[in-house]
Amino acid sequence: MRRSLRTIWQTRGLARYLLVAGVVMTAAFVVLAVFAPWIAPYDFAQNTTDAGERLPKLAPPSGEHWLGTNDQFYDIWSRVVWGARTALQVVLLSVFLSALVGVPLGLLSGFTGGWPDRVMVFLMDALYSFPSLLLAIVFSFLLRSAVGGGVLAAALALTAVYIPQYFRVVRNTTVSAREATYVEAARALGARPFTIMRKYLFGNVVQSVPVIGTLNAADALGTLAALGFLGLGIQPTEAAEWGYDLSRALDDTSAGVWWPALFPGLAIILLITALTLVGEGLNETLNPALRRRRLQPVRFTALAREGGAR
Amino acid sequence: MASAAAGSLPRYVLIRVLLVVPMMWVLLTIVFLLLRVAPGDPVTAAVGDKLSPEALESRRAALGLDRPLVVQYLEYLGRVAQLDFGRTISDNRPVLEIIKNQGGATLTLTLGAFLFALLIALPLGRLAGRHRDTALDAVIRIFGVVSYAAPIFWVGILLVLFVITFVPSWPTFGIASAETEFYVPDRTGIILVDAILANDSASVVDVLQHHVLPCFTLGLLLSGVIIRLVRVNVIQSLKDDYVEAARARGIPERRVVRKHAFRNALVPVITVIGLQFALTLSGAILTERTFNWPGLGNELVAYVTARDYVAVQGLVTFFAVAVVVVSVAVDVLNALVDPRVRY
Repeated sequence: MRRSLRTIWQTRGLARYLLVAGVVMTAAFVVLAVFAPWIAPYDFAQNTTDAGERLPKLAPPSGEHWLGTNDQFYDIWSRVVWGARTALQVVLLSVFLSALVGVPLGLLSGFTGGWPDRVMVFLMDALYSFPSLLLAIVFSFLLRSAVGGGVLAAALALTAVYIPQYFRVVRNTTVSAREATYVEAARALGARPFTIMRKYLFGNVVQSVPVIGTLNAADALGTLAALGFLGLGIQPTEAAEWGYDLSRALDDTSAGVWWPALFPGLAIILLITALTLVGEGLNETLNPALRRRRLQPVRFTALAREGGAR
Repeated sequence: MASAAAGSLPRYVLIRVLLVVPMMWVLLTIVFLLLRVAPGDPVTAAVGDKLSPEALESRRAALGLDRPLVVQYLEYLGRVAQLDFGRTISDNRPVLEIIKNQGGATLTLTLGAFLFALLIALPLGRLAGRHRDTALDAVIRIFGVVSYAAPIFWVGILLVLFVITFVPSWPTFGIASAETEFYVPDRTGIILVDAILANDSASVVDVLQHHVLPCFTLGLLLSGVIIRLVRVNVIQSLKDDYVEAARARGIPERRVVRKHAFRNALVPVITVIGLQFALTLSGAILTERTFNWPGLGNELVAYVTARDYVAVQGLVTFFAVAVVVVSVAVDVLNALVDPRVRY
């Protein structure tokens, strides 16, 4: 951890600043998501005040409703805050699950080799070549009857879409690491295949997972919003979701009503950009091929001491 | 050496085309397994609340759903080979007819989007690559990240709002005005081509006007990827020996960038455009919904909402076939352009 922080610090150019900007923006959304009940003035599906008075419909942004209200009498600021919670829940769950399935599968496939590996690679490549939104649509279509239309269903649909990415990267690094001398040494010592995978290969092949994970999180967020926009994602009764709010805003655009469309979209783009910046920044600072080092000040401590002794 | 390279191009193309068969087979099997082995009965899901139990049973028999799964699977593969994608359950239309009627709109949308993407991305990517790590580079890169990160439907909505405010007469929804759709005879299923065939300049202009916003929106999404790629390639090729050699001969930097580095940076763009075809399809589905575009994406979403398994299976199968065909076409094109790509 400390070493990778130092690596980041020693990198030259824009990469470092982009990374810091991304981390700060992501942190802001995490705060919104975690403290949503205290930050949001209303519940996500609350269209009356606590006194039972109905909120106005399509009221423009004002001191009362900072970002205005939408066509369902909801306070948009509250919807944006609660939407952050939904987005982070779904994205964390799906990234975690797809890494949980993809990484061991890739490790096993790459280590075993032979025809099972070939079959797996072919299968995963086929899935990977498929348009991700289409795959997500198919999975949410299928999961609707089994799991319903909540956070879990959306997360599972996205999980299925992103498994191939982890599989490919982990499998390829495993294949090249398998022939390394230290693995051969382990084998010569009589280590069992499972031990080699767990103790020798795992640590070496998971290094790229954080980068893919953050970039996938950004992508998954976009897919989640897209599903919501098409009306195939999280059902409005389950949670606040930015994509769904945008689909509601679509009808009012021709009347020039901009606030229901602007703010949820702004939230999506800010969070996606933040996650992308973190991912790209990590990639550019941790990947030695892309990275440009800063010149480090050289301290001649040994020489100075010698000089002092003389 | 030269003859060996020349001899291997047909071989490469042949192998690449033959590889389509297993690829297509895997994709079709995945689609079949996903949609047919999944729990729940397709007929009940689509029309269960409208028909009597006997009528449902006969529908099931007509679709062959009462037969063993293996038989259904083989029949499915056989029908797809004949380009028969089945009949929808909910409104009993052949899926192929849907593809013929609505596919044209998706096609022109996608092609227009690529045009806009290249127009935006090539100059910007070159600028960013040449002026690496300057303020200009930062601005262009942020534009690239944001245009890729921005949900395409949100960009579409904002553009509509913008256009409605400043050019109220500009069309923002649909592929043509009601008048044009009424007067232009349907011959090819592609309304732009129909309008040109009918030699009706007012209709052509009308259809083109309707294309601008959706194509631009989808093009912005694609340009994000291409900008990044062109930038990285220009940076890489500016480090190459032949570029150094050009500089050493005293060729001005502008000309080095334009004639030497930029050209070679373009080759991978073809590959990436091919790889982005999947992204384009995803983007097209969303763009169609945003602009009420009468294409395949809108049809798919409508049938998903209607829970029509056969229609969804047929359309998804068609998309799978399209993805495979495009990936082969791109690989072959790439082999033609770049002599290093051979088996």
